[in-house]
Amino acid sequence: MPENDTRGFFERWKALPVDSVPKTVTVAVVLCLFCSMVVAAAAVSLRPIQEVNKLRDKQINILQVAGVYEPGINIQEAFAAFEPRVVDLETGTFTDEFDAANFDDRAAASDPALSVALEDDPAGIGRQSRYQTVYLLNDAAGNIDKVILPIHGYGLWSTLYGFIALEENGNDIYGLQFYDHAETPGLGAEVDNPRWKAQWASKALRDESGALKISVAKGGAPAGEEQYHIDALAGATLTSVGVDNLVRFWMGEDGFGPFLDNLKAGAL
Amino acid sequence: MAQTRRTYLVDPLVDNNPITLQVLGICSALAVTSSLKVSFVMALAVIFVTGFSSMFISMLRNQIPSSIRIIVQMVIIASLVILVDQILKAFLYEISKTLSVFVGLIITNCIVMGRAEAFAMKNPPLDSFVDGVGNGLGYGFILMLVGTIRELFGAGSLFGITILPTVNNGGWYVPNGMLLLPPSAFFIIGLIIWAFRSWKPEQVEEREFSIQKVEAH
Repeated sequence: MPENDTRGFFERWKALPVDSVPKTVTVAVVLCLFCSMVVAAAAVSLRPIQEVNKLRDKQINILQVAGVYEPGINIQEAFAAFEPRVVDLETGTFTDEFDAANFDDRAAASDPALSVALEDDPAGIGRQSRYQTVYLLNDAAGNIDKVILPIHGYGLWSTLYGFIALEENGNDIYGLQFYDHAETPGLGAEVDNPRWKAQWASKALRDESGALKISVAKGGAPAGEEQYHIDALAGATLTSVGVDNLVRFWMGEDGFGPFLDNLKAGAL
Repeated sequence: MAQTRRTYLVDPLVDNNPITLQVLGICSALAVTSSLKVSFVMALAVIFVTGFSSMFISMLRNQIPSSIRIIVQMVIIASLVILVDQILKAFLYEISKTLSVFVGLIITNCIVMGRAEAFAMKNPPLDSFVDGVGNGLGYGFILMLVGTIRELFGAGSLFGITILPTVNNGGWYVPNGMLLLPPSAFFIIGLIIWAFRSWKPEQVEEREFSIQKVEAH
């Protein structure tokens, strides 16, 4: 470089051969810094909108499963009728240890302090949070009308996340709905088909002796078992088996069983 | 100049289509075409990414050291893809739920890298942008074609609107379930390639070797 070079630093840099080491390094560093800033700015500035979307989506699903959703209603207003409570699965009672409105079941499932690794794991979820957020819909007199319980488990390709709505006796099903899954469109994804979902209405979980009877199975119901039988999806055996397993798991002893017993006995 | 820019935009639709002639980007074409709405959003996302990545790469083409050029291209493409993904999650949440994985996979879509390496590194920004958009359109065109066939005959609907009422919903149409599975897109794309090459025989590659005719002894 001559001593009397009057060009600015940038021009001298520009004149460097493209393949020289300093140029390569600066191009790489500047480009990475610039791109990371763009990406970070987009992620940070859009996060509030994304969070709102997620929450809204969940709320709409809770409204839908409880049968109060209509297109165009004010979601927040309608959702205010629901009371979120955190349930301790082991004892089956409500706990006020956490702020129910902000408790994150999915995050809790990977927190060793709040969850257990399952040995017997029919739903294929690996770890289960000991605490779950349930939503109570009260009637005008302030008594529990419906309870909405979160359920999830593995289907064919993905974990299905959904809600099941039960009547106040903790045994009669009002509805079931999945809000997040990646099953095959047209086959497993028919879990979203309104005609299939309608089957769940007014089915029962247990018989008089308290044995868990609900099942998703192929073919017609055995005689006398109609109120415990859900027809499996045609062409989606593995998704149906997954739904069967996850519903039976969450409604059973390791899931909401103790909570439902308490609900039935009016001990909450 | 205007003439050539026009051909950059129009050529990739049929004459130099990235899917049917270059046979690139097949993987995502199989994955997202089971419903038309998802194909449409995917096509828009790819048009955006190919267009702008080609433009930015072309703007930097004289400064990109050849030893790291692929990485530089990848960084630009990946940033744009993340941008698209974030925007979808914010404004089209429902669609992003079904598409999210595949949007991320635009990064590995051979069409984007192919245009960056083959065209944008040698041509000025505006031409590269038009070329990128053109190739995105060519990809989107095939995506929509395949999506139409798959959704109509696989689920009896288009854009989620029922055209052929299916038996499941109390109608008469028994849907072809295979069309909803990814392999069916192979057959459909194969048939489209066949149709294109029958229509435009110049697209047929010359045989690499043929059986020689030898005089009998």
